[in-house]
Amino acid sequence: MTTATVDPAAAPARRSLWRIYRLEAWYELLKVLRMPAFAIPTIAFPVMFYLLFGVTFGRSFPAGPVTMATYLLGTYGAFGVIGAALFGFGVGVAVERGQGWTLLKRASPMPAGAYFAAKLVMATAFSAAVVGSLFLLGRFAAGVDLPAATWAALGGVLIAGALPFCAFGLALGYLAGPNSAPAVVNLIYLPMGFLSGLWIPVNFLPGLMKQIAVTLPAYHYAQLALKTFGADLGQPAWIHLTYLVAFTVLSLAVARWAYRRDEGKTYG
Amino acid sequence: MTTSSRFPVPPAAELRAVTKRYGDVVALDQVDLALEPGRVTALLGPNGAGKTTCVKLLLGLTRPDAGRAEVFGGDPDATAQRTRVGAMMQISKVPETLRVREHLELFASYYPRPLPPAEAIAAAGLEGLEGRPFGKLSGGQKQRLMFALAMVGDPDLLFLDEPTVGLDVEARRAFWDQVRRRVEEEGRTVLLTSHYLEEADALADRVVVIHRGRVVADGSPAEIKSRAAARRIRCTTGLDAAGVAGLPGVSRARRDRAGLEIVAARAELVVRELLARDPDLTDLEVTGAGLEEAFLDLTRDHREHDDEPAAAAEKGAA
Repeated sequence: MTTATVDPAAAPARRSLWRIYRLEAWYELLKVLRMPAFAIPTIAFPVMFYLLFGVTFGRSFPAGPVTMATYLLGTYGAFGVIGAALFGFGVGVAVERGQGWTLLKRASPMPAGAYFAAKLVMATAFSAAVVGSLFLLGRFAAGVDLPAATWAALGGVLIAGALPFCAFGLALGYLAGPNSAPAVVNLIYLPMGFLSGLWIPVNFLPGLMKQIAVTLPAYHYAQLALKTFGADLGQPAWIHLTYLVAFTVLSLAVARWAYRRDEGKTYG
Repeated sequence: MTTSSRFPVPPAAELRAVTKRYGDVVALDQVDLALEPGRVTALLGPNGAGKTTCVKLLLGLTRPDAGRAEVFGGDPDATAQRTRVGAMMQISKVPETLRVREHLELFASYYPRPLPPAEAIAAAGLEGLEGRPFGKLSGGQKQRLMFALAMVGDPDLLFLDEPTVGLDVEARRAFWDQVRRRVEEEGRTVLLTSHYLEEADALADRVVVIHRGRVVADGSPAEIKSRAAARRIRCTTGLDAAGVAGLPGVSRARRDRAGLEIVAARAELVVRELLARDPDLTDLEVTGAGLEEAFLDLTRDHREHDDEPAAAAEKGAA
């Protein structure tokens, strides 16, 4: 016989939104860290490119006012961040949509933002890892010598660049099928990287390609990164920023439309 | 039936005159469905009948084109409703590199009053597998994790959408035991969808049969079973399938490599007639028909003439 009054409704239990967002991000990160097929190439490809071109030819080939090693730090950094965003966010969303994981999440009381915020955190963390690895190589293997403020500005611009490409990845993730997503992303990522001057400096590209470059988001992103050490083509920063903001907004709008379409399509 | 057809209390969840279309396909046509609190209702029907659409409407994953879907008197997609609901859906995977314990911790965080982790593990019979990544679980264990994810929020209302598809008989029975223990005894409201009458019989208090987007029968498992008493008759005979299909009580006859297969409401009459027509008939076998065949019977009145005539003497079988 107990005399204690138990009233479960007296203190309504509440869930902690902060805890949901935190756990969601943590497990998203843990999930991909345990997937070598994503984690290794995402970091290894830009590092490998930089080793091949940046470190090997870095001291001897001048590129504008800076050494090739410095220049390529900006462009391969951009290349790596775009990869982390498109594969981590875009392919991740497409695959989980195919598995039904996102459907189960949508049926749960999870706040919708938690899923996307977690993916953004993950892609940003991978971007930081790529940029950090390249900086270490640049500084200690390729002899890149920049003032501390320039390192900070370059790192900041590169990592912030994850945002527009995460938005683009989100749109691709809802447009592409789960099986075709990796191929679709590669078909966009690699040509866009080349044409935007991420592999070969944009002023080495032939005229027609240069004209294409200015229409691509990766070009504007890379120009902002190169601007931190004065190796860009000299257009004002606001042009690049405006382009990237518009690109982000457009990507989110497409993602929203595709998400709705996806919602109505699945049945059984 | 006393209280099961008209509830003394408001339903836990309800579809009212719901119509749902996907393009030209009418998935649900004016469906009414009310879930009595504390009871297990099975929604039974063949593939494509509209079962999953009902579940999706009640989970707020899609909206009705006409009519209304309500859960605990509110919108199914409102957070206040969702925190009282758990769902096991037909999905292939959750992230494979996360462990059982991690999946449960994450899902538990979405709910205000989740089950303690150990209890959720025990509820699904996953003891000892807490540290195993999803990708390394067997089919039955994966399904039990899905059940644990549905239960971890300690929901008042539980949706089990085809929970045992792809499981072998043993795993299926073990799963039923889990559900019975955890659900029936705790007075949760459950909507189970299945195309196994056996599963509905094992778990449900009430069975609603749905076919081509319409409710065609509603009653206790025993009532539905007796109404779905179709028999499958097999035999080796020279009789022509089309002729047999025309016999009274036969809903389908077709010829395959092993002989003639007939689905009929009253096997005795048909067998007598068959033996009278073909004295050389051999290999006679009468078994309970699957649910699919039973539905041919239950839904006879609802079927339209142009699609799938009852006496379908299958072409190309000869």
